[in-house]
Amino acid sequence: MIRIPCPHCGLRDHSEFTYLGDATVSRPPDDDAGDWTSGSRWSHYLYARDNPRGIHEEFWHHGWGCRAWLVVTRNTATHEVIDSKLAREREVQS
Amino acid sequence: MKPYSAWSVFRHGLRGNRNWPRAWRDPEPKSGYDVIVVGGGGHGLATAYYLAKVHGIRNVAVLEKSYIGSGNTGRNTTIVRSNYEQQANANFYEFSLKLWEGLSLDLNYNTMFSQRGVIDVAQSEGMVERYIRRGNAMRLNGIDAEFLDAAKVREELPGLYADDDSRFPVYGGLMQRRAGNARHDAVAWGFARAADRLGVDIIQGCEVTGFIRKGERIAGVETSRGSIRADRVGLAVAGSTGHVAGLAGLRLPIESHLLQAFVTEPLKPVIHTVATFEIGDFYISQSDRGSLVFGGELDGYNSYAQRGNLPAVHDVLEAAVTMFPMLGRVRMLRHWGGVVDMTPDGSPIICKSPIDGLFLNCGWCYGGFKATPGSGWMFAHTLANDGPHEINAPFALDRFERGYTINENGAGPIFNRH
Repeated sequence: MIRIPCPHCGLRDHSEFTYLGDATVSRPPDDDAGDWTSGSRWSHYLYARDNPRGIHEEFWHHGWGCRAWLVVTRNTATHEVIDSKLAREREVQS
Repeated sequence: MKPYSAWSVFRHGLRGNRNWPRAWRDPEPKSGYDVIVVGGGGHGLATAYYLAKVHGIRNVAVLEKSYIGSGNTGRNTTIVRSNYEQQANANFYEFSLKLWEGLSLDLNYNTMFSQRGVIDVAQSEGMVERYIRRGNAMRLNGIDAEFLDAAKVREELPGLYADDDSRFPVYGGLMQRRAGNARHDAVAWGFARAADRLGVDIIQGCEVTGFIRKGERIAGVETSRGSIRADRVGLAVAGSTGHVAGLAGLRLPIESHLLQAFVTEPLKPVIHTVATFEIGDFYISQSDRGSLVFGGELDGYNSYAQRGNLPAVHDVLEAAVTMFPMLGRVRMLRHWGGVVDMTPDGSPIICKSPIDGLFLNCGWCYGGFKATPGSGWMFAHTLANDGPHEINAPFALDRFERGYTINENGAGPIFNRH
């Protein structure tokens, strides 16, 4: 069991959470939305992933707890959880 | 090296089986090859074999970081089938199944391919209609399919809990009789031996640590055993695709996930076909040794750990004893987690990469074993001709951006939906 430190609820089993995936990709502005072509920001956002073996920032939703979205930093090679914070409190990358 | 035959088994048996020659060589890497295949699993070894056999390209190396078959090839649930509805999938997996049907003879190695049938059990009325539709699509593509009613499914699966009061009733099932199982280790060993006999160098304990560039082109690989040059490099590294492609600076539509599988103590014959269910994507078969082999859904988060967690174990075992209550007292022998390379649409990628000289064979999700010969054949064709065969052309990397995703279960080209 992976145990995730939730800022609201403390250390909780990962089975209380739902996984969304890579938290480092950011949604492009809506005025780009028509452009799906190769190498565009939209196709990168939708499909291209770093998929690292090691440190990974990812979204987890605490659906069976406080229902907050978290950004968890986790090592994908060892399952060690390094950090977690509320998704709404992190600085949004431009 | 002499081919295996009934006579050689008899002759070596008389001498106590002490003098069998090794099945493939253990060469030092040369400084360069025509083609390098990275990854010594089933797909990589099959690629090298078909490069040598079909295309006459014999100056080939297969580089494996550990020993051959040490990844998912040696740790899967060994199911072979072609019961697909989407046109591209039907064409590709049926091509692969036909290769399976002649594989043991072709390789001069017994892959123990057993066409015992696969039943997809329908557990709702909606699923009955969906399976009949899929069966019809398969028959239109020349693939065998047969819809079984509930009584026939109970007959094929005697231990199944299919009473009318069941929480998960049985409405029928889609049977593909030509589908079945094969011995996974034998597939790796058979392809390795057959490729080696055609002159392919299989180099184990050789991890790729970087790529050699000539301008923008890939011109070889850096490895833990030195630099090796080649004009064409093919990646067939399954769960490690994200990592190895990252060394070349590629970002791919792939996430690596965990899939667990389970093996029980050996029992007398009790499950005679492969069976799959709607609850938890549970599936089960019985190995020739008698062990029940089964699994379910992904753990559900990115991982390279080759080690799963208990919630997924719990879900799979719950499905197992729900559908087969007789399994409640059977002891587990072992379970393991494999790293699978998931694409957003659940279909594989076999194509040229955006970098000249680099070719991709990846995104096999949880279904790579059945594809082994077909994947090797198509990847060899793509490497030899610098472009795809018409059967693997739909499995191109750019299908996501072009909107031509191959979406077998209809969940959309979205990560975490397959």
